[in-house]
Amino acid sequence: MLHFLKDLEIARPVIAAICVEKLSRRAFLGGSAFAIGAFAAARADAFPRWPTGGEAMPHGLVDDPLVFVSIAPDGTVTLVAHRSEMGTGSRTSLPMVMADEMEADWSRVKIVQAEGDEEKYGNQDTDGSRSLRHHIQTARRIGGAVRHMIREAAAKEWGVPSSEVKVEMHAAHHGGKSLGFGDLAAKAMAEPVPAHDDVAYKTEAEFRYIGKGQVQITDLRDITTGHAVYGADVSLPGMKYAVIARPPVVGGKVKSLDKTAAMAIPGVESVHELAGSIPPAKFAPLGGVAVVASNTWAAIQGRDALVIEWEDGPHAGYDSAAFMAEMKATAEQPGAVLRKQGDPEAAFAGAAKVFSQTYTQDHMAHIPMEPPVALASVTAAGCEIWAPVQSPMATRTDCAEALGLDPSKVKVNVTLLGGGFGRKSKADFAAEAALLSKAVGAPVRVQWTREDDVRHSFYHTTSAERISVALDASNKVVGWRHNSVAPSILSTFAPDSGHQFFIETGMGHVDMPFDIPNVLAENGAAMAHTRIGWFRAVSNIPRAWAIGSFVSELAAELGKDERAMWLELIGAGRTVDPKAEGYPDDFWDYGEPYAEFPIETGRLAHVLNVAADGIGYGKTLPAGEGIGLAVHRSFVSYVACAARVKVVDGRITVPEMHMAIDCGFAANPERIESQMQGAAVMGMTVAMHSSITFEKGRVVQSNFTDYDVVRADNFPMNVVTHIVPHPFSVHSTGVGEPGVPPVSPAIANALFHATGQRRRSLPFGMDA
Amino acid sequence: MATLNINGSPREVDASPDMPLLWAIRDVAGLPGTKYGCGVGLCGACTVHVNGKAERSCQLTVGDVEGAKITTIEGLDPKGDHRVQAAWRELNVPQCGFCQAGQIMQAASLLAENPKPTDEEILEAMAGNVCRCGCYQRIVAAVRLASTGS
Repeated sequence: MLHFLKDLEIARPVIAAICVEKLSRRAFLGGSAFAIGAFAAARADAFPRWPTGGEAMPHGLVDDPLVFVSIAPDGTVTLVAHRSEMGTGSRTSLPMVMADEMEADWSRVKIVQAEGDEEKYGNQDTDGSRSLRHHIQTARRIGGAVRHMIREAAAKEWGVPSSEVKVEMHAAHHGGKSLGFGDLAAKAMAEPVPAHDDVAYKTEAEFRYIGKGQVQITDLRDITTGHAVYGADVSLPGMKYAVIARPPVVGGKVKSLDKTAAMAIPGVESVHELAGSIPPAKFAPLGGVAVVASNTWAAIQGRDALVIEWEDGPHAGYDSAAFMAEMKATAEQPGAVLRKQGDPEAAFAGAAKVFSQTYTQDHMAHIPMEPPVALASVTAAGCEIWAPVQSPMATRTDCAEALGLDPSKVKVNVTLLGGGFGRKSKADFAAEAALLSKAVGAPVRVQWTREDDVRHSFYHTTSAERISVALDASNKVVGWRHNSVAPSILSTFAPDSGHQFFIETGMGHVDMPFDIPNVLAENGAAMAHTRIGWFRAVSNIPRAWAIGSFVSELAAELGKDERAMWLELIGAGRTVDPKAEGYPDDFWDYGEPYAEFPIETGRLAHVLNVAADGIGYGKTLPAGEGIGLAVHRSFVSYVACAARVKVVDGRITVPEMHMAIDCGFAANPERIESQMQGAAVMGMTVAMHSSITFEKGRVVQSNFTDYDVVRADNFPMNVVTHIVPHPFSVHSTGVGEPGVPPVSPAIANALFHATGQRRRSLPFGMDA
Repeated sequence: MATLNINGSPREVDASPDMPLLWAIRDVAGLPGTKYGCGVGLCGACTVHVNGKAERSCQLTVGDVEGAKITTIEGLDPKGDHRVQAAWRELNVPQCGFCQAGQIMQAASLLAENPKPTDEEILEAMAGNVCRCGCYQRIVAAVRLASTGS
């Protein structure tokens, strides 16, 4: 998501905000300069392309079919997947779009994973729920161009007008004659690549796979037979295994080391000190002491046998409980004003009543099932890496920097990711492997243990969100104030100003979409004392948690119905005019050109109604049960969650949940459904379990023992997904992340209706 | 050196008796389908069958299982078409897929012992296998499908 930040040269904190703002204009708003030429000249059957933020991402979008498609003489179509697969299905869905538009038979399509090479493939940073949103148009264009080239080649072969040739199901047809893709491969791929406007694209009625959801995921057979290749599954001859003791406090370093006992462990071959990094460390490794061995178990035992005294550095005082109390106090004070609409001071001064609440969240770690792991082989010729990384290009440049090599000397092979959730955007683990391979002169696999993963993450921020409303004499909300206090991700990249930046504040804070005349969005300061990173849905989680809980509390306070309260606040359907509503100039709208992806409150209300109707909102429930609602726009998608909570033996259970998503055109509804089911589970884990705490600068938790997740014995048992149908022209938006934010407030609101108990802190545990 | 019977064939593995079976399977026997997820027996990613029963391979040592019959995901079915694997494919269960070998081994063991489990028995049997992507709804449905055919 934020890899561009690591390239920033920010010398002084005072200029940080300015640099970022400039960067935002260049990197994101620049997208609006995308030119779509010659609409008038386009064929009627060419779909009109719309600009996205994809054009302005580093290395932009590449839609050259010769880069992505090859056809073998036996007819096998090989498609390149250039986005990393971490479970969202992009390695299936994008090739599926290409194959459909090409009229390839999916059963004869092979997928190969691109290495990290953005100059060749365009942006590969798999993050920010962008894969389909940015690449669906290029995927159609690539497929359509190849079908066009096949048709031209077949027409020449037969000496007939190309308009008479039909390409269907892996072959070209004319009269009774047919030539398969394999027969035409060489000639077709030598045809000139047509311009977008010269391609006769399919009508939506002609889609075979797009929008249907019947396609099995690419790696299904390998996954179910144990042959899928993840980060720890690549081996090289002579490979060594490394496990690293990292400083327990961020910014700490080794004071003294006794490796005698470690070296005595059978299989341990060497011990290496790794230099630490000085904050802001970006994605540089934490440093520490590495044990290199002939197998993973020996390396783990060796690491455990190291005797290390650490020098902790300035963050040794971090106590997250005390810090939370400070943040809550800060949230009650005025903060830096980010958005001001109308006259909020007057609205609050003249209010008949003011109602306020504060909502908090602890730090979280991603804990993908596959802990960080990477294999590197450094030789005189350069460096080759195999790793489960979300951004192979950033991995390449980071490892090149660590080794002092030109990026052209570093090759990054992307394996499947055993989950990512933002953790594997930061390839510190690959840089560790590269440094150790160079040190020992052999290929090295660095394996993080689960304890390493829990204790040395790039943590989701911790936050206090205070919301106040001013009510007039008729209990109408006339003023809104929201002070968001949380350490910023920016502290990982630049000297810490204590303030959040436009990407974070644009996630449900300054873009709060309610129809309220007087609005104040503020940001109180909070300094970071650990590495803050991004976690699936990022700042949308605490914002949706706060706003979603507050709406329910306000409804209860005013004796109103929860759904009616939501709809009253959202107001009549409108397209938000950010300028008129006082949004800051750096409002980023997830990097999209706003005119193409505006905030449409009618869509927000619609998904709320769909979810509420789906669950039967308003029906009479047995004692100990309740239904709660929440809706949130993020990653330019609209998602509502309606949860039914049932308290069983004092334990909160969620027997039913309805997720309604409006993500524009739904390219692969089956994977959208799986993402909503997964978001429901992760959202429930956020609600009940996810708490990383710090004492003396050290993470308290270590493994599933004390950082547990929702399991099969208590998860949202029946998640029903509702996808709002749209034609292709309604731009596809994000899916991987936006399901998560509304889940925890919906569960908390349902718990309130079931028991009368109100929760204001995430996580709130499993007990009612 | 120890002799382990993995997937029907005896293998000499250069591993000390106290090495966890997981690492012997992965690093020494070279069968990477069995995954490391936590090392403390709490996530189920490393689940294998020992004499037909699901066990966490990170919680057993090489010494514990010498002479036992060990089955990994690679050996669950010669063609990879065990009814649990087939059900998993029919329902397109996985997201990232990393935990799925362990889930499938756990489910296959459950159904071998109890061919027609109740929903409650399925939930209880699968509760030790974490899926961070959150595929539980489909996992439970796939176990049911493998059990009942619907």
